[in-house]
Amino acid sequence: MSTRDDILAKVRAGEPPALPLPELRAFVTPGGSKLDAFRTALERMGGKVADASADSDLRGLVRKLFPEAKVVCSATTEVAGNRALGDVKAPAELADVDVGIVRAAFGVAETGSVWLTESELGVNALAFLSQHLVVLLDPDHIVGNMHDAYRDRDRFDAAYGVFMTGPSATADIEGVLIHGAQGIRSLTAVLVPPRRA
Amino acid sequence: MKRIDHAEASSKFIKATDHLDFHDKRLWDLRKKRDRVSEALPEWEELRVLASAIKEHTLTHLGDYLEEFERNAIANGAQVHWAKDAAEHNQVVLDILSAHRAQTLVKAKSMLTDECEMRPFLEKRGIVVMETDLGERIQQLDDEPPSHIVVPAVHKLRTDVARVFADTIGTDRKNSDVHYLAESQRQHTRPYFLKADAGMTGANFAVAETGTVVVCTNEGNADLSVNLPRLYIACVGIEKVIPKIEHLGVFVRMLSRSALGSPITQLTSHFRKPRKGTEMHIVLVDNGRSDRLAMPDFWYSLKCIRCGACMNTCPVYRRSGGLSYGATYSGPIGVIIDPAFDLRKYGSLPFASTLNGSCTSVCPVKINIHEQIYKWRQVIAERRQLPFVKQEAMRAAGKVLSSPKLYRAAVETAGAGVEHLPRLMMYSRLNAWGRQREVPAAPPYTFRQWYLKNRPLGADK
Repeated sequence: MSTRDDILAKVRAGEPPALPLPELRAFVTPGGSKLDAFRTALERMGGKVADASADSDLRGLVRKLFPEAKVVCSATTEVAGNRALGDVKAPAELADVDVGIVRAAFGVAETGSVWLTESELGVNALAFLSQHLVVLLDPDHIVGNMHDAYRDRDRFDAAYGVFMTGPSATADIEGVLIHGAQGIRSLTAVLVPPRRA
Repeated sequence: MKRIDHAEASSKFIKATDHLDFHDKRLWDLRKKRDRVSEALPEWEELRVLASAIKEHTLTHLGDYLEEFERNAIANGAQVHWAKDAAEHNQVVLDILSAHRAQTLVKAKSMLTDECEMRPFLEKRGIVVMETDLGERIQQLDDEPPSHIVVPAVHKLRTDVARVFADTIGTDRKNSDVHYLAESQRQHTRPYFLKADAGMTGANFAVAETGTVVVCTNEGNADLSVNLPRLYIACVGIEKVIPKIEHLGVFVRMLSRSALGSPITQLTSHFRKPRKGTEMHIVLVDNGRSDRLAMPDFWYSLKCIRCGACMNTCPVYRRSGGLSYGATYSGPIGVIIDPAFDLRKYGSLPFASTLNGSCTSVCPVKINIHEQIYKWRQVIAERRQLPFVKQEAMRAAGKVLSSPKLYRAAVETAGAGVEHLPRLMMYSRLNAWGRQREVPAAPPYTFRQWYLKNRPLGADK
């Protein structure tokens, strides 16, 4: 028998008497605006929220947020950068990106998370090699809690997907919180509905 | 195999009082944060019941769910391998790396690879293995195993890290500023991400219905390890399987709240298919898990989601440090897992507990940890794995406690005894309780003497 069959046979021989799978009920996160909850949760996780109106100049906003940035790489047609994602052959080429820009598929009010997949990112590493990340999020695309986030099974057909909640962080030395561990140093959510390029 | 003597090993940790005080405080702080965020969720207790039931259902159908996971992972384009023990796991990983001529491996934290002692195995064969989690990296550079499953270097102070980094990655020996140390590791690690031939993660969850590997981290290192190299290897214990995507809602809501007191980890990553032009390999590892599944009293420990809440709350763990357990898994969860690996080696660990039950009450998947600790003690006593002194003390105590007459005589004389016994007898090597403790002053009369004097009239009738 193969290792696989050995393990499966041993597992089946050892399984305790069958117990049923419980039904999940809907857990509703109580009251208030999802937008406010999202904002509070994201800020608690070290993220920032920038306000923008439907017709605001997003390129100008990014320039104002990161005046020192030299390399700006955008994965959304809504904002132009100066580094084209389409030319990237290996993800490591994004190592010098100062600011990455991406539009999230949706957000989660409970945790302040945004959902990013290969469709939104173009090159997955953009969300980790960039020093800073700007995430556009439609205020109408915010679900209540993580149960709601996982309810739509189709979202999880993506090859890669991540709930990103604020910047990368560590507290591995004496519990001192550091934002900018190995990945992005800051995450700024811009709450603005999608627009044509 | 050398027996682990937890009490002896912890004495070294206890002597470094500044470390001990910080360790105790830091972990209790995590416990308090966990209380605050869990109490803020009205459905917390309901989620614990659900999480426990989902895990129990999955484990009692584990064969089917493993096959479903494998089927879907293969359909996704991943390659699935099986390993029955640590040696097979390490060999499988080496074979995958060799087939790709991979020489550098960047990896996220995985307790499974620590359990399999994979790093020294690969390093001996010429592979450069880079731990990319800050805490795990500190431990790698200091040539020590992690002391905690979530915060691997929690037993170290910033000055210790400054010493380790100065000796290994060339930081300024006099600078123990935490921002400086963390930034130094970031700068040191980054080139490895960019150049590595292969990346590796463990798994927090493996979803059967989609073949997805889910990894919960904070530093961004797991996503860098997977999304840059052309080869990705996920090492997954077979107990990590859960049935459906919707079940992630339950577990993800509890994991980081229990571990760190934050509502979610900064990153909850779902790896399902290899990127175009790259390969994804999944190694499903048994290494004693199927044995534990067949143990009627102990299979519940397989529900564990490795949050570390039981460690943070445990007074013995907080005051003895993870390294004193001499095992990958320390604290209450380690105490019930390790003896299943090797009863002789880890036979002293179930005694590293006060049986206060705090571990059980914070466990997000409702493992009856303290009951299992007690059951392991019975197993160990039955198999005569108790040290001689403990055996003799228990035999004497058993005699006295089983006879009310002997018990009363002993208690009534004990108070007088304590005051007059020579210190040599009270605080000798034979009496473990005398070490680091002064016996409190004995009350002037026993409870029974008080009761006989104060009981209401007719209480006996």
